[in-house]
Amino acid sequence: MTATTQQTAVRTGALVRALIYALLLLFAVYYLLPLYVMVVNSLKPLEEIRQGNMLALPRTWTIEPWLSAWSTAQIGVQPTGLKPYFLNSIQMVVPAVFTSTLLGALNGYVLTKWRFRGADFVFTLMLLSCFIPFQIVLIPSARILGLLGLGGTVTGLVLIHAIYGLGFTTLFFRNYYEAFPSELVRAAMIDGAGFFQIFRRILLPSSGPIIVVTVIWQFTNIWNDFLFGSSFSNADSQPMTVALNNLVNSSTGVKEYNVHFAGAILAALPTLVVYIVSGRYFVRGLMAGAVKG
Amino acid sequence: MRRFLLTTAAIFGLTAMAHAQEVEVLHWWTSGGEAAALNVLKKKLESQGVTWKDMPVAGGGGDAAMTALRARVTAGDPPTAVQALGFDITDWAKQGVVGDLGEVATKEGWDKVIPAALQKFSKYDGKWIAAPVNVHSTNWVWINKAALDAAGGKAPATWDELVAVLDKMKANGITPVAHGGQAWQDATIFDAVVLSLGTDFYKAAFIDLDPKALDSDKMVQAFDRMAKLRSYVDDNFSGRDWNLASAMVIEGKAGMQFMGDWAKGEFLKAGKVPGKDFVCIRFPGTQGAVTFNSDQFMMFKVGEAKRKAQLQMASDIESPEFQSAFNVVKGSVPARTDVPNTAFDDCGKKGMADLAEASKNNLLFGSMAHGHAAPAAIKNALYDVVTRHFNGEMDSKAAAKALAEAIAAAKG
Amino acid sequence: MARAQHPRSILQEWLPRLVLAPSFAVVLLFVYGFILFTGVLSFTGSKLLPDLTTWVGLGNYQRLFNHPNWWTALANLGIFGTLYIVICSVLGLGLAILLDQKIRGEGVLRPIYLYPMALSFIVTGVAWKWFLDPGIGLEHVIRSLGWESFSFRWIKDGRFAIYTIVIAAIWQSSGFVMAMFLAGLRGVDNEIVKAAQIDGASNWTLYRRIIIPLMRPVFLSAFVVLAHLAIKSYDLVVAMTDGGPGTATWTPALFMQKFTFGRNEMGMGAASAIIMLMMISAIIVPYLYSELAGGRRT
Repeated sequence: MTATTQQTAVRTGALVRALIYALLLLFAVYYLLPLYVMVVNSLKPLEEIRQGNMLALPRTWTIEPWLSAWSTAQIGVQPTGLKPYFLNSIQMVVPAVFTSTLLGALNGYVLTKWRFRGADFVFTLMLLSCFIPFQIVLIPSARILGLLGLGGTVTGLVLIHAIYGLGFTTLFFRNYYEAFPSELVRAAMIDGAGFFQIFRRILLPSSGPIIVVTVIWQFTNIWNDFLFGSSFSNADSQPMTVALNNLVNSSTGVKEYNVHFAGAILAALPTLVVYIVSGRYFVRGLMAGAVKG
Repeated sequence: MRRFLLTTAAIFGLTAMAHAQEVEVLHWWTSGGEAAALNVLKKKLESQGVTWKDMPVAGGGGDAAMTALRARVTAGDPPTAVQALGFDITDWAKQGVVGDLGEVATKEGWDKVIPAALQKFSKYDGKWIAAPVNVHSTNWVWINKAALDAAGGKAPATWDELVAVLDKMKANGITPVAHGGQAWQDATIFDAVVLSLGTDFYKAAFIDLDPKALDSDKMVQAFDRMAKLRSYVDDNFSGRDWNLASAMVIEGKAGMQFMGDWAKGEFLKAGKVPGKDFVCIRFPGTQGAVTFNSDQFMMFKVGEAKRKAQLQMASDIESPEFQSAFNVVKGSVPARTDVPNTAFDDCGKKGMADLAEASKNNLLFGSMAHGHAAPAAIKNALYDVVTRHFNGEMDSKAAAKALAEAIAAAKG
Repeated sequence: MARAQHPRSILQEWLPRLVLAPSFAVVLLFVYGFILFTGVLSFTGSKLLPDLTTWVGLGNYQRLFNHPNWWTALANLGIFGTLYIVICSVLGLGLAILLDQKIRGEGVLRPIYLYPMALSFIVTGVAWKWFLDPGIGLEHVIRSLGWESFSFRWIKDGRFAIYTIVIAAIWQSSGFVMAMFLAGLRGVDNEIVKAAQIDGASNWTLYRRIIIPLMRPVFLSAFVVLAHLAIKSYDLVVAMTDGGPGTATWTPALFMQKFTFGRNEMGMGAASAIIMLMMISAIIVPYLYSELAGGRRT
């Protein structure tokens, strides 16, 4: 990743370019359609949704569903809206993402620049752990959290999410560092730099893009997780997804689809922000890499 | 007075104890109406100095909550009370993790006022372990009044009359049956159809799980009736939520829906009046019998410190005021048969009368579709077959055979 | 490879392994320990909770492979997994290449392609379900625009419903794959490209012979990410069809969840999980080894 520049050197003709734009726009429509369905229906009164056409624009516009989803919708016994659950989720997601990303970076560093016998085996085992279906670890994890006295705590949730994120974070960093020139590391070693010094001074500064990818991945997965969130939390630590699910999947009551859609978009806002903001850094990180390279 | 007591308590350092009076409640009643109904209980407990810690986990008709419960129990930290249905309660009791409500139940004489068919689930090994909240009955039909009038005006009382009405509705250009093609909805209709072929047959097939009844000519007939009903649903029924099916009846796009009494809430919410805008009847041929499911709060083994609040909660659940207030909102009927019906609407009154009658005549049966006739494994084995048949993957004869086989396999 | 040849303190020698050790230890316990536990469970008649006293031998596996839903689930995973991984990779790479052509408005398009990954399927599934529903969604709209014979009712048809899940799943993750490839493309050394251009290589040749082969590590990451999502495809199915029509869209993950937690047949659920894990290993391990062996630069 040394001689990176932002733009490709490939050149294209005018006709081809028009075709490219047309294709790109077509796909933009495909990606935006469900969002359109959600937004449009979140701005309609429930009555209008009942009558049928899901794709039509609202005849009566209303922001009532949004207000309701945020602060007055029924989540449990109390009509709290999604508001109070945001903090719970943030408290869980931030440390979990940080821990798993940091450990993943260190693991990737060790597995590529400090290779030891069996390193590939260790990596394979860690990688395969990505594929474990979370349903099967639920009960034994609960037992261990219980033994540690962490059942129903945010710490317990952070721990579990960090552990089951390790496989992916390690994979991302390992693949990235694999391409990082080992000569630089070797040169630093000869200069007498230590293990952590090399990591901090040489690898970390050029890890921008992969950190962004990892953070996006981890943030999204943990933020959207339902299984662990519902099982390892208690009354005080239920995360956002559980609240959203309570809003949406109520059993035998009246379903307020407009509120559901508004709630879904609200619940996704933090991840959306991470995506949009980091999308910029994505490129910026790469450019920084080019300057330094 | 209350403030005085609180102050006194504070002075004597009793606040710590008062604080320990709390119940943590795991449930999946999260929609507006349900939660409002449950809030009645919460308020009552709070007025008695018990804090309510809410732990709602919705989804899959309680499946998600039961998943979370497994984790909580395994971690050694069960909630005080958990909403549960039918055989799940028995299954948990077998694990030896549930509490004992004996003192309250004896003192308040629950044995006498709660139908025996419910007690089967509320008790394990002779001990009260759960407090029943309500009884939903599942063999209801919700008919659009205008559509019914256009089709002759007489609510059908037999299968043949039902078919006649449905044919007329079809001729009138509406969808006769509003239905959502989800396994549990298919099975809900199947319950009613089997019951309409005789209460003995229902009992033999679904309660006793008699292989001879499961793979019988009568069962083939039941599947034939399902196939007949299938011909009255619209093309887009598959996967539709039950409440959207209700909406079709409310709007007059469809004639009727076969659904439990929770559907009433949709009608009421849309401003419809029972008797005037819509008609509620028992599934033709099942008047007098009731298939039910009952929400209960099962109580877990918690330390002595929390037990007092737990018993208080159980007592409050069975109080006639709560039973009435809750069920008026929820659309179901009280689990006690001695609650006055004054607060209920016409459909509710009919539901209560039907329940009392069915209970008296031993015609109150657990609903197979809703996990009150057989354990989850068997219920779901039935779902598989019923939904396959309803979607045209097999004929009635093959379905009856497959049903007997699937249930035999699930028993193992 | 980069093992220090110079005299170093013992600490420095062991430090890397010490750093890796905690991660490795928790993975051993929380992943492989629990897999072992699940393996044991699969030989028991556990119902609601693990119960190691009821030994049933291979009974659960026998019942599993006699269960029609399991066969449906396996077939669906085959269809779903293959289409999903192939289409997502092709689409992701394609979009990345297109977006890499100095596109004006890339900053707008990129998040549009990427955002579906940010949304939880609890609700986007409902949006898809409505959109694909012939009565209220696409078919209805196109017909009301005048094309009366237009028909698109896959989601209601047991033979095609699984493909609608593929469509929605591709919608969700292809953008993320696109981002991975885009990062890869931006990492390609332009000197190589320019050299090839001087040699007169067409764009087609350029991509086919030079640039796409350089994307090899990205393919590995994409494959792992996609395979992982395919095997765990559960939320999506629940939200869109919940296994229907009939039992047409059951997947192994749905099977496992429903049996373990919905049907109180934990033993059966464990057996299905073990079979799933065996299938995963059968696909991933050889691929991984060929990648690791082939990709090493020594």
